[in-house]
Amino acid sequence: MKDALLEVRDLRTVFETRAGRVCAVDGVSVAVRRGECLGIVGESGSGKSVTFASVMGLVKAPGRIESGTIVFDGRDLRGLSPRQMRAVRGRDMAMTMQDALTALNPALSVGEQIAEVLEAHDETLPTRGAARRAAIRKASVEMLGLVGIPSAETRLRQYPHEFSGGMRQRIMIAIALACRPKLLIADEPTTALDVTIQAQVLELISDIRKEFGMSVALITHDLGVVAEHCDRVMVMYAGQVVEEGLTAEVIGAPKHPYTQGLLASIPRPALRGEPIHPIEGQVPDLIDLEPQCRFYSRCSQRRERCLAPIEMRAIGPAHNARCILAGEEET
Amino acid sequence: MSLLKVEGLSKHYQGKHGLFDRLTGARHTVVRAVNEIDLTVEKGEILGLIGESGCGKSTLGRAILRLHEPTSGTVNFDGANVTTLDPAALKAMRRRMQIIFQDPYACLNPRRTVAEIVGLPLKLHGLAANEAEQREKVAAICARVGLKPGQIDRYPHQFSGGQRQRIGIARALISHPEFIVCDEPVSALDVSIQAQIIALLLELKREMGLTYLFISHDISVIGYLADRVAVMYMGQIVEMGPVEQILANPRHPYTQSLMSAVPEVDHSGPRKRIKLSGDLPSPLRPPTGCKFHTRCPLAVDACRSQQPDIETVGPGHTAACHRLAEKLTLLDEASA
Repeated sequence: MKDALLEVRDLRTVFETRAGRVCAVDGVSVAVRRGECLGIVGESGSGKSVTFASVMGLVKAPGRIESGTIVFDGRDLRGLSPRQMRAVRGRDMAMTMQDALTALNPALSVGEQIAEVLEAHDETLPTRGAARRAAIRKASVEMLGLVGIPSAETRLRQYPHEFSGGMRQRIMIAIALACRPKLLIADEPTTALDVTIQAQVLELISDIRKEFGMSVALITHDLGVVAEHCDRVMVMYAGQVVEEGLTAEVIGAPKHPYTQGLLASIPRPALRGEPIHPIEGQVPDLIDLEPQCRFYSRCSQRRERCLAPIEMRAIGPAHNARCILAGEEET
Repeated sequence: MSLLKVEGLSKHYQGKHGLFDRLTGARHTVVRAVNEIDLTVEKGEILGLIGESGCGKSTLGRAILRLHEPTSGTVNFDGANVTTLDPAALKAMRRRMQIIFQDPYACLNPRRTVAEIVGLPLKLHGLAANEAEQREKVAAICARVGLKPGQIDRYPHQFSGGQRQRIGIARALISHPEFIVCDEPVSALDVSIQAQIIALLLELKREMGLTYLFISHDISVIGYLADRVAVMYMGQIVEMGPVEQILANPRHPYTQSLMSAVPEVDHSGPRKRIKLSGDLPSPLRPPTGCKFHTRCPLAVDACRSQQPDIETVGPGHTAACHRLAEKLTLLDEASA
């Protein structure tokens, strides 16, 4: 894709478990353009987090990347040594985790945790001594200010447990942004937060993205968040991308029955009194999957042709769906 | 007459009072998790209770059932004062008042099979003459909530989150209760599963003539299924009324900001929002006056010193705010 900062092709990430081989990410291709916000939606177990953990080189045994290419800013990340990868991770791309309390180190003050990133990556700092310490301190105060934490000077000395959930999420964003990365991967940044706090954090991410011209990959299960904050969206189901396109197109005219079902499942005040139409059944077990369409068992429009492997189909200039019905006359 | 009438219900928790506190003469800290709540629930309706984490909505639900013993106030259920019942009478009352919990992983005993878990209320209340009858009733209710017949001898860990929530629902319903506290029953579930459980709860309500107190932090869920809504903030109800009224014409600034904060799929692109600054204040040191004044863009001096009274603002619609008479809406200000 033109103008892509991150381009992942045919990524397969598998986990060898006692119960069998789990193919958590099965042939996922995804591109994040410069300056855009890409939303990645899916339910638990759809592979959205593992896809980006793979990009970050954070997949650990028993998991491994089996195949695929990950090109970031012109470099093939799979070809890098662990040492080279460490230089990219945290500096050029950074990731925030869903649960800030477990992701932050409880034994280090917030200031020390921001400093760690700067120590490791910031080459513009003075090399040693008091000047270096002062520069790090100044940058840390600036970062906390940027994410909207008041009285940054004193709060730098505090520990994660002394902050509320929304503040911890901000701290993680501050750590992730310390080196002004080109790509921020935000994994469910607001799932654990109350709505009023969620609105604050999403706005913060959005403001910073515009200010720095940064790209954001926003992983979420909330289509409302995607509708309001993302330029493009990619819907994942059982380890595969099932639909992707401009947010307005995918949400306004979804082509894959799963996306349609997801949208129909959202309870809305406007639908009061009308029956809700849930997707029946549940996500398939990812162990030893059949080659057929992954959504087959739950799909209201399934037919015999769906039992063969299904490829992505183009239905518009930038709109693709993994369904044999996509692009055919309206169903 | 209302099926449930709650008056002046409070649940306060004493803070820790260690040796150091006693020596220094520090006073007990009291968390007023639920403070002087009045509400009624009519037979056959769904009262939605909405609020952010820590506002006391779950504590209120549990205090009504006396799962947490209330500090003061009364709960009247179908003419009986639940708060003064002796243990035997309370046990009998629990057959009629049930609860469905939020966390489908924590609320089921991992060492019991589904048949044992769901059958326990029958045993406790003597509702089955013998083992065979108990099993038959368990099988019937499990089938009704969507579990397969072969699954009732399995253990909770063999089920997914949505199926576990179905087990919890079966357990709550088997004694044929009239009133159920649904404590965030869909919050831990994925969107598609959430819709299945909501649809099931609404079907069961219709079939069995149930009444729900439906606790949630999700205004879309409440807006979809509730008849009336109560909005809670720091242990108090700040606004209550028919759902159409609350959605179309929210009067309390907290309700207004809560509603504007919800991202909706029908909205594309950014929209006007009421920005609330800051987090919830610590319940150990609640603000004086109106509890919301620390975050309220409309706060004036009176809000900082005096607690607002609950006023009637429309048919069945009440709110507690000093500035109600001015009919301000934050949404207009945000878009101005």
